[in-house]
Amino acid sequence: MRSAGIDIGSRTIKIAVIEDGKLVYFFKTVTSHNPLELARDLLADIEFDRIVATGYGRHLVKGHLDCPVISEITAFVLGSRYFDVTCSSILDIGGQDTKAISLNSNGDLCKFEMNDRCAAGTGRFLEVMATVLGFTLEEFSAAALSAKKAEKINNMCTVFAESEVVSLISNGADRNEVALGIHKAIVSRSAGLLKKVDSDGKVFFAGGVALNRCVRILLEKELNRPVFVPADPQVVGAVGAALSARD
Amino acid sequence: MADYTEMWKSLGLDLESHDALLAGLGKAYTDIFLSQKNRPEGMKYFDFVMSEVHGLRIKELVDAKAKGKKIIGSYCVFVPEELVLAVDGVAVGLCAGAEFNFEGAETLLPRNTCSLIKSAFGFKLGHVCPYLESCDVVVGENTCDGKKKAYEILGPLVKDLYIMDLPQTKTPKSKELLKEEYRKFIGKLESVSGKKITVESLKKGIEAVNAKRKAVKRLAALRAADPAPISGLDSLLINQVFFHDDPARFTESVNKLCDELEVRIKNNVGVAPKGTTRLVISGCPMAVPNWKLPYLVETSNAVIVGEESCVGERGTRWLTEIKGNTVDELLDAITERYFNIDCAIFTPNPSRVEYVKEMTKKLHADGVIHYSLQFCQPYIMESGPVEKELEKSGIPTLRLETDYSQEDAGQLKTRIEAFGERLKKR
Repeated sequence: MRSAGIDIGSRTIKIAVIEDGKLVYFFKTVTSHNPLELARDLLADIEFDRIVATGYGRHLVKGHLDCPVISEITAFVLGSRYFDVTCSSILDIGGQDTKAISLNSNGDLCKFEMNDRCAAGTGRFLEVMATVLGFTLEEFSAAALSAKKAEKINNMCTVFAESEVVSLISNGADRNEVALGIHKAIVSRSAGLLKKVDSDGKVFFAGGVALNRCVRILLEKELNRPVFVPADPQVVGAVGAALSARD
Repeated sequence: MADYTEMWKSLGLDLESHDALLAGLGKAYTDIFLSQKNRPEGMKYFDFVMSEVHGLRIKELVDAKAKGKKIIGSYCVFVPEELVLAVDGVAVGLCAGAEFNFEGAETLLPRNTCSLIKSAFGFKLGHVCPYLESCDVVVGENTCDGKKKAYEILGPLVKDLYIMDLPQTKTPKSKELLKEEYRKFIGKLESVSGKKITVESLKKGIEAVNAKRKAVKRLAALRAADPAPISGLDSLLINQVFFHDDPARFTESVNKLCDELEVRIKNNVGVAPKGTTRLVISGCPMAVPNWKLPYLVETSNAVIVGEESCVGERGTRWLTEIKGNTVDELLDAITERYFNIDCAIFTPNPSRVEYVKEMTKKLHADGVIHYSLQFCQPYIMESGPVEKELEKSGIPTLRLETDYSQEDAGQLKTRIEAFGERLKKR
């Protein structure tokens, strides 16, 4: 049986297909202004027997694709187990939210926390900050890693942090050091969320922000625990949805 | 609904804003309440009450005033309705649950004030609450810092604001303070009404309020059945109507509904299939028309079976023992009753979490959602220890913090669904 999962995130849409317990198809693209139509187009090209939706836009497609939905939290719990069964907590930093999840010894959901209603400290935050500093996302991470010390960033609100960064730059601060400060700020906030769910052991790091090498390195340092990142950290939610379609 | 324009005008309401408020309320009620499936017949009474919430009930208040009765408004369950009834007055709850005219409220209040206080000011400044405008006396009680400082600002805006002090600890001295405050309140009520409280009138008042509380306690106990015979939304609505309806008629209607629920239980009839995830909500009060959280929960494959809240069991679970042959002795009994209330303004406040555990057990709930209004310091502060204690006792708990706006509905739904998925897995 081929089971599919679609994860409609705020910034990207991801589709995964599982057959005989193996990930056989994966596709991701930027969420358009019309995620429903985009989802339909994407699904028209692939074959599957069952499908489950997750992500921020799950209820949008539920009625149209006639598919069950699961929350992102459960999708990440299930999806993470496909890639690694030794992690006892999950950190997902996506386009507009951050989730910290702890698992019990069976690998089931124990506790979770999410950031508040705004996009403070999420992928969107990093995008905006990179633009303010004139970096692409790839350059941004590399620049931060090249800095010897970090400028302290006090604000996590995207709007306030932007003005903070602008004023640091106009005071002559080093661009790379500001970049490192921004990365440190996002890591300390995420580590705080993980502490809130009483997690310990190896951390499964997922979501678009897990593609950022600087965040990965800083997170490992801050937590003093191993951090595992799957080959494509953006696939986890869709894989989790596909696995739940199989059950 | 009849034409109440003249009545509203005479109360000084801003008709245009008031129309807009009522239109919004009517639509929300239709979408949230009337769309529910398999509701008990007995809810028709409450549908009617809500359709006339600014109409017929206000006319009753206006008529009562014409007969010389005094309307006493309050914002808290610490203000004893028994005493108001004992001077033949009418007690109305004024707590406000709509995001209305917050811009206006923010001209007088800091932005980081809880929605409940902002809403009360939004209503006052917008001249849209006929309950508030009907009041002869408004009682402001010193509970949280937000409310007690807000009353200083509200004072000049209302006809007669009466401040009632409240203790914050559960010591014998604190109980004396509460009794003293109630004694002073009797003085105030007697002076505005020109009536003296007698043993007889006070006993009658206590009986009426006890009957009302007994009825909602009966309702609360029936919700232990699986399948749930009534939704959390409808039960919350009844607890909200508790604060402004005629006590005798309310009591009768709730009891009639409970008769029907007993038959439903016998026949295994419910609002959700047997085995649906059952949740207790604990935390801040939800005033009309704050239906946001229960609506999100009950459209996410779960049913709410109890509210540990001032609009819920915290406000109603104790009765006043009719004990004593003097007004002073009866006042002791009233003080005894109200001193039990385990509001988060008290420190320490251990009985609250113990009762949440008890409710979870007797209502066969799968978990607890702790609900805090943003900027409500006492309940947010208490939510951490409450969550820890519940989880330690094996009760899964989800802590949510929100306000009256709809902008976080999607995020809340994700959390609620994930919590439900966690409970199902158990």
